[in-house]
Amino acid sequence: MDATNPRLAVEAVTRTFPARGRAGPTLALQPTTLSVAPGEFVAILGPSGCGKSTLLRIVAGLDRPTAGSVTLAGRPVTGPGPERGMVFQSYTLFPWLTVEQNIRFGPRERGLPEAAQREIAARLIARVGLRGFEGHWPRQLSGGMQQRTALARALANDPAILLLDEPFGALDHQTRELMQELLLEVWAADAAGARKTVLFVTHDIDEAVFLASRVLVMSARPGRVKADLPVPLPYPRDWTVKTTSAFGALKARLMGEIREEVRRAAATEA
Amino acid sequence: MEPLRPVPPGLRLALGLGFFALFIGLWALATEGGFVQPLFLASPGQTLRSGWSLLTEFGFLGDIAVTVGRVLGGFAIAALIGVPLGLLMGAFKPVEAFFEPFISFARYLPASAFIPLLILWAGVGEAQKLSVIVIGSVFQIVIMVSVIAGGTRPDLVEAATTLGARRGGILRRVIVPAAAPGIAEALRLVLGWAWTYVIVAELIGATSGIGHMIMDSQRLLDTGQMIFGIVTIGVIGLVTDFLFKAANRALFPWAAL
Repeated sequence: MDATNPRLAVEAVTRTFPARGRAGPTLALQPTTLSVAPGEFVAILGPSGCGKSTLLRIVAGLDRPTAGSVTLAGRPVTGPGPERGMVFQSYTLFPWLTVEQNIRFGPRERGLPEAAQREIAARLIARVGLRGFEGHWPRQLSGGMQQRTALARALANDPAILLLDEPFGALDHQTRELMQELLLEVWAADAAGARKTVLFVTHDIDEAVFLASRVLVMSARPGRVKADLPVPLPYPRDWTVKTTSAFGALKARLMGEIREEVRRAAATEA
Repeated sequence: MEPLRPVPPGLRLALGLGFFALFIGLWALATEGGFVQPLFLASPGQTLRSGWSLLTEFGFLGDIAVTVGRVLGGFAIAALIGVPLGLLMGAFKPVEAFFEPFISFARYLPASAFIPLLILWAGVGEAQKLSVIVIGSVFQIVIMVSVIAGGTRPDLVEAATTLGARRGGILRRVIVPAAAPGIAEALRLVLGWAWTYVIVAELIGATSGIGHMIMDSQRLLDTGQMIFGIVTIGVIGLVTDFLFKAANRALFPWAAL
């Protein structure tokens, strides 16, 4: 494989959770193959329990596939690493570190000199709009500010790929929309050729269409990619894009796909 | 009174002091009122007079210093062994599997029952006193610390690994700081128990210390001195507890917000 190609390749990845008690083993993810080019913003959209988070965790190296492989730039993924930054749905800032110290965690762990750590933190704090909050404890921050810090913390390692697992899922609607715009701003701040690859897991259709350059729709459990659609809306985008007919058409299409899956999921649970 | 409704700070203090007043009042009534013979229970006034003579004539301050030194010494040794071992057990499950069954058994061994053996092994000197406290405290510390460290939020550990932390980094920069406030709280509790062990150790084969003074007073049937010794331990316990709490608040501002 070509080690200079920073492409993310997911090859026939399967995940089966072992049997528990009387319940048999659960197939969470059917063989899934996926190729993501550098700089793509891919939304993974699916009903809850469809295995989309499992797929993301496997790419992150936090979970191991039962079969198949994941490679980033030709190198197999065998565990978590700083070149794959992650933001979780739950608030995972270290409560004993300030905003600034949280952001410096990765650079410090990699042994960067303190001056470089501070420089990185200051730049990212400015970028996510947290100036003046450097010395706050996570507990003193709103949910949106905590997730902004978490985003800055993941970016501090300058990862090749950013993995976002419903990062705004716990936020209220208004905060969530602001965070989506902020994320796009941060992502699009790099020149078009130097943008980070993003995998964004969500069950929110608006969010997927607004953010992504490509949307993968996953089926109900056991998950598989059932549709792979480009989003033909140019960047930079702001909230007005949500009122365009192109946005509406894509949203309608995705709603159809998702409704079918939600219904199937409901039927298998009943 | 509404269930779970907080009480204002002033009223809280008044209520807390109120029970002390009631307790001393009943004690005074029972003794001064002639309901209990002085041979069995000294009155509050008599206890204070005994205490004064202990402090001024019998060098009781020296006994207090000796006892405090033993408690802190034994407790420090127990913490130096127990905290690192507990952290390793909490963080690494094979270490836990190796030590946990034995320690769960050992922590039910009564420290006071070791005193005759320890006198045989270590004589009646300081080593024996410290050993009683260490035996009484160390297993409790290990178990509590390992439970606290093992309870570290797994999503914080996962977040650290995605930021590039490896085994050592996770232990030093996630598990230790996450567990630190809980460990401090556990040490505060165990320090309270260490006071019980030191007195038991001093009741047998000691030539100094608060426990030794209480034992001596029994021979003289001086219940005032005995009660004063017991109350002294209570007061010192209360003070160290207060200091421990204040230190924890200062050390872990992020946990108290």
